[in-house]
Amino acid sequence: MINIQSLTFSYRKNKPLFQNLNLRLEAGHVYGLLGKNGAGKSTLLKQIAGLIFPDQGFCEVNGHISAKRQPSFLQDIFLVPEEFYLPGIKVQTYVSIYAPFYPNFDHNTFFAYLKEFNIPDGQNLTEMSYGQKKKVLISFALATNTKVLIMDEPTNGLDIPSKSQFRKLIASALSDDKCIIISTHQVRDLDNLIDSIVIIDNHQIVFKEDVQTVTDKLSFKTVNRLEDIGTVLFADSSIKGHHVITPNNGYDHSKVDMELLFNAVLTNQKPIQEIFN
Amino acid sequence: MEFKDTQAIYLQIADYICEQVLLNKWPPEERIPSVRELAVALEVNPNTVMRTCELLQQQEIIQNKRGIGYFISPDAVKKIREYKKEAFINNELPSFFRNLYLLGITLDELKPHFEKFKKSKFNGHEN
Repeated sequence: MINIQSLTFSYRKNKPLFQNLNLRLEAGHVYGLLGKNGAGKSTLLKQIAGLIFPDQGFCEVNGHISAKRQPSFLQDIFLVPEEFYLPGIKVQTYVSIYAPFYPNFDHNTFFAYLKEFNIPDGQNLTEMSYGQKKKVLISFALATNTKVLIMDEPTNGLDIPSKSQFRKLIASALSDDKCIIISTHQVRDLDNLIDSIVIIDNHQIVFKEDVQTVTDKLSFKTVNRLEDIGTVLFADSSIKGHHVITPNNGYDHSKVDMELLFNAVLTNQKPIQEIFN
Repeated sequence: MEFKDTQAIYLQIADYICEQVLLNKWPPEERIPSVRELAVALEVNPNTVMRTCELLQQQEIIQNKRGIGYFISPDAVKKIREYKKEAFINNELPSFFRNLYLLGITLDELKPHFEKFKKSKFNGHEN
């Protein structure tokens, strides 16, 4: 569904952000895009959405080159950015202006989502807190029913009860023909929703596997003594014990610890990549 | 439902469904909530719930009726006991045996303890 080929991009000369980056994403999945600050997560999302253009290579979404920004491409993709501006108008006015750009927009679900988030629909958007605005934008994004839905740090600014509502909305929104991409640092907010992990580092995609494959090939556990277990791919030691990643002998069915996996991939990349090749 | 950090989510969901059956909250031959309904209620990816359903179908605990959804098998309770028994023998028994061996405890020595346990917990009747 999304095909990025040999993408090279830099904001400033001689400081490349992406170099020959390749990535393919399929429909029916929730991808979690992880990376350090400044690794280029948001830039990659903007490339997919056609908001910035490659220096070399291309992004293709459903047969459309993103950079061409054709209407048929734009009506089937939605990006919820981390920083955004909403005009000083009422929610209803906003919907009447922007919804017509999305042919599959569903007004009923939009207002149902707002109700679930406790957002009064008669309120002016500039009178809302950051979190409330974000909820409006998330509700709008889901109501557009676009094939590609991109969210940059969606849980930032959401209060505790809304995070649970957000997870329910994403769980209900995913379908076989939709591709949802979420970038996040708050992995624990979303780790049961993400079914494929994509890690970006050092100008490249360094890791891309579905959670099921990760569970099959790696074990995540906490042990008291590192000496008691065989090969350790990565260990994070604290007073409570050692959180370790080991190769899976085929019998373990542990839960993927995404934070641990992320740290492991960034510090001990080769042995982990070898296991998946 | 609270998920633990120790076991893959799809297996925890399988345990949850088995528990609903054993508690007779989801009786045999009744339809269970759809994959999407379960995913929303549990706040997990629908693909994870699909994997759970495939596993339970393989164990013949649920049945897929095309176009309608998943149903609890008529003999689900029996199947769950078999499945759980196998899991117990594979997963928990080895470390239990290891302790018996290390402490030099014989199986005969355990019998009175087990009888006492059954009496106190279940009044001599199973369950």
